[in-house]
Amino acid sequence: MHLNINNLLSLADDALILGHRNSEWCGHGPVLEQDIAISNIALDYIGLARNLYQHAATLINAGATEDTLAYLRDVIDFKNHLIVELPNGDWAQTILRIFFFSQYQRLRYQQLLLDTDKQIAAIAEKSLKEITYHIRWSTDWVLRLGDGTAESKARMIKAADYLWPYTEELFVDGFITKREWLATIEPVFLEATLALPSTKQLLQKGIEGEHTEHLGYILAEMQYLQRAYPNSEW
Amino acid sequence: MVTKKILDILSTVTDPEIPVLSVIDLGIIRDVMVNDDTITILVSPTYSGCPAMDMISMNIKLALITAGFHNVQIQQVLSPAWTTDWMTESGKQKLKGYGIAPPVGKSFDKMYLEELEVACPQCHSTNTTVISEFGSTSCKALFKCNDCKEPFDYFKCH
Ligand SMILES: [Zn+2]
Repeated sequence: MHLNINNLLSLADDALILGHRNSEWCGHGPVLEQDIAISNIALDYIGLARNLYQHAATLINAGATEDTLAYLRDVIDFKNHLIVELPNGDWAQTILRIFFFSQYQRLRYQQLLLDTDKQIAAIAEKSLKEITYHIRWSTDWVLRLGDGTAESKARMIKAADYLWPYTEELFVDGFITKREWLATIEPVFLEATLALPSTKQLLQKGIEGEHTEHLGYILAEMQYLQRAYPNSEW
Repeated sequence: MVTKKILDILSTVTDPEIPVLSVIDLGIIRDVMVNDDTITILVSPTYSGCPAMDMISMNIKLALITAGFHNVQIQQVLSPAWTTDWMTESGKQKLKGYGIAPPVGKSFDKMYLEELEVACPQCHSTNTTVISEFGSTSCKALFKCNDCKEPFDYFKCH
């Protein structure tokens, strides 16, 4: 299978936007160890985004660089899934999103190992090790909060209800089926004594540039410096 | 001969976050290619988002320029992905002396940190517990020693 440039940008945008969201926790984590953990995870995502943008830039040519792709595209050009641009919410929503997304990412990147583009396969190989850490970490949290106190369980149920409609979009481009993804989610939910929410189909597609209002705010903050001071460097 | 000289220089370039380890100890140098006056060095990043990697590449260039090699190119190699199996034995000893527990066992696999026997770098007790899978840098986890009560960093198998 060969990816088109929008597929590649979609992978990169997912990584950048989720990395940015997770980095919002830096300095605000519930305890120091978890603040460090989520900041590390944010760094993994941003490193992955850089690798993908660098590669996309060589395919696009025309003066594209990792920086122009990250900082000079507008909302409609971003191809990330909606689930990564949603606000962090509380800790339950934050860790559940990482859990849902990492399980999807593992399936997706296992496919990419076989991509005919050798650089994409190499990026996937590198990232799968890191994704495995993210799955372990977020699984631990799903179990701890789901099978925890009445308060933590209530928050997990609320987070699952909120995120669930957005998980549908992970399957619309046809790379991963919902069935194989559910097979990774169900056993953990069962152990965490959580029920799977009832599915509601969401028609809006971030991967086609139809975003929620949240992405505009992320870009306004993230791109401010390059927009205000074009070509500025560290 | 030139390659040997370059490797000697590389063994003086250290990881800015773990200054006792050279880039050779870390096992991130995949190849050194000398073509007339152009030197190409293949480097594998430890973690995708490791902020030290850009600095390491710059320090490699600086060290080689100082030694008179002016045309140096650094190429990033992602596959095969870096593993702690490539870390040198002396590197592991240096880590331990520095107070960081070196990676236990071979290669990254499904093994959970809780199942590992990680020795405390202070008192060598293996009665230790994992505090967090993520430590002060991407490559480390946080442990504590149940005997001497000291918390310590563990360089994760990866
Ligand atoms: Zn001890």
